[in-house]
Amino acid sequence: MSAIPTQWSRVQRYLPAQQQLQNWLKQSLLSAAGIAVFILLWQLLASQITTSLGSFPGPVQVAQQWSGLVAEHKAEKKREAAFYQRQQQRNAASLAANPDAVITVRPYNGRPTFFSQIFTSLYTVLTGFVLASLVAIPAGIVIGLSPRLYSAFNPLIQLFKPVSPLAWLPLVTILVSALYQSEQPLFARSFLVSVFTVTLCSLWPTLLNTIVGVSNISPDLQNVSRVLQLNWLTHVRRIVLPSAVPMIFTGLRLSLGIAWMVLIAAEMLAQNPGLGKFVWDEFQNGSSDSLSRICVAVLVIGLIGYALDRLMLQLQQRVNWDKSAQLR
Amino acid sequence: MQKAHLQLSQLGISFPTPKGPFVALQNVNLDIGKGEFISLIGHSGCGKSTVLNLVAGLLQASSGGVILNQKEVNAPGPERAVVFQNHSLLPWLSVYQNVELAVKQVFRGQKSKTEMRDWIEHNLALVQMSHARDKRPAEISGGMKQRVGIARALAMQPQVLLMDEPFGALDALTRAHLQDSLMEIQARLNNTVIMITHDVDEAVLLSDRIVMMTNGPAATIGEILHIELPRPRNRIALADCPTYNHYRHAVLSFLYEKQRKVEVLPKAEPAKAPAVAQTQEKRA
Repeated sequence: MSAIPTQWSRVQRYLPAQQQLQNWLKQSLLSAAGIAVFILLWQLLASQITTSLGSFPGPVQVAQQWSGLVAEHKAEKKREAAFYQRQQQRNAASLAANPDAVITVRPYNGRPTFFSQIFTSLYTVLTGFVLASLVAIPAGIVIGLSPRLYSAFNPLIQLFKPVSPLAWLPLVTILVSALYQSEQPLFARSFLVSVFTVTLCSLWPTLLNTIVGVSNISPDLQNVSRVLQLNWLTHVRRIVLPSAVPMIFTGLRLSLGIAWMVLIAAEMLAQNPGLGKFVWDEFQNGSSDSLSRICVAVLVIGLIGYALDRLMLQLQQRVNWDKSAQLR
Repeated sequence: MQKAHLQLSQLGISFPTPKGPFVALQNVNLDIGKGEFISLIGHSGCGKSTVLNLVAGLLQASSGGVILNQKEVNAPGPERAVVFQNHSLLPWLSVYQNVELAVKQVFRGQKSKTEMRDWIEHNLALVQMSHARDKRPAEISGGMKQRVGIARALAMQPQVLLMDEPFGALDALTRAHLQDSLMEIQARLNNTVIMITHDVDEAVLLSDRIVMMTNGPAATIGEILHIELPRPRNRIALADCPTYNHYRHAVLSFLYEKQRKVEVLPKAEPAKAPAVAQTQEKRA
């Protein structure tokens, strides 16, 4: 199935510019039409459904809530700036009265807005994802290069891969509170719980794809390596890694997608700061705006997930040596 | 005759199978002098590649061994450089970098950076590939890739050059061109070469000796033909030369009369066996 579009986009590269523009326009129009149909259906169906919180929000209400959330965020930023200004003035005044006065700078403890929750979620998911990659890629290389290690680890991988994030969460929570006890914690516990849950759930695709990529190196290239008597490190760096790069990136993209989904679920369940908590809070809040706000969150979560995947694709295109490969 | 440079002594290999060991090769004895060009010829599956891989150290002999300069070798090493049938260049490195990988590995600590660069350039020039030094393998033709493969092998300054059907995947014109290049390089560097080939003309044109292998299982050397044609050899002049044609005839008659490949087929290709049986039934 996929062979035809791949060849088609290959052909497209050689078409004259005008035709390329036409094709692009056609594609964009079709995408726009799809979105338009969706919005229309949404509007029609939403007005038919009455919930305990009023009628189900249509696109217009959701757009209104979006601007409401933006306004809230701006107001909160203003309050924060005002708070710091007041604090600074107060401190300056007390220093003027008494140069030896002990000055304390307190952080602003306002309510997190929708956008600060987005930021928290992004920061958490990237930390968890990077951590997972740092474990999965080296482990995948070592396991993939040794059939014995593969036989030893394969059952464990197969066992842990399908475990739901919701099952890991209580264990991770208990473990983090048992093992991470410090007077002045560098990270909040809730942050660590989210990060480790994301790591545990998202490392498997990268691990498995790295193993497969590494163990499927062409025997000819392995013979080249043997004739040249490359040592282990050079062999990995010059032969193994480049030939496994396409598979590793396939794994990374799957992992990042899973990481993002897992994070939202974990935040919801554990009440850890982030977009998941925003959704849960709105659900509990139960005001007439809540459903619209949850819809905004759903759309934003989707958009961010899409953006993260595109970002990985860009990175893959940059790193991959085979520039002729069609990535999608 | 001088003491042999490379000796294959009672070389044999067998592979374990559920029905007991399968003897692929046995009693291969061959003494090769320095600077000699040897061709291995025989039907598919007769173990030519196995011989080459044993010399390269990529396979381990079950009996006998390979002796290079009075020392037994049983692991791969750059002093026995291999030119692979499908070029085996690293697709993520440029032409220059592919040769560089080999040169850096072999001459680490012996050559300075500039010496290495000159040596890489020299070898690329030798195979007439200097113009494409920064191209990736995917951007050059099959014949060019094979040239780079040869440059990479030559750049290791090997004592023995092992070539596994180096021109097998090329079209006839490119092949002839590369054969001429190889003869020129051989005349200049006087390498010891073992080359596997399916091509009778190629074998006669390039070799000092043609080693003809019997069909497997338990394949071994059937006949050895000394080619005493003066060098440099010219393919056009040789086309009319009776001696040349005599050598061709000798190889052809070995391959198609003495070692006709008939009864081995179903064994070598079990997938085809039922099909053959069916057609026989139909005829009956």
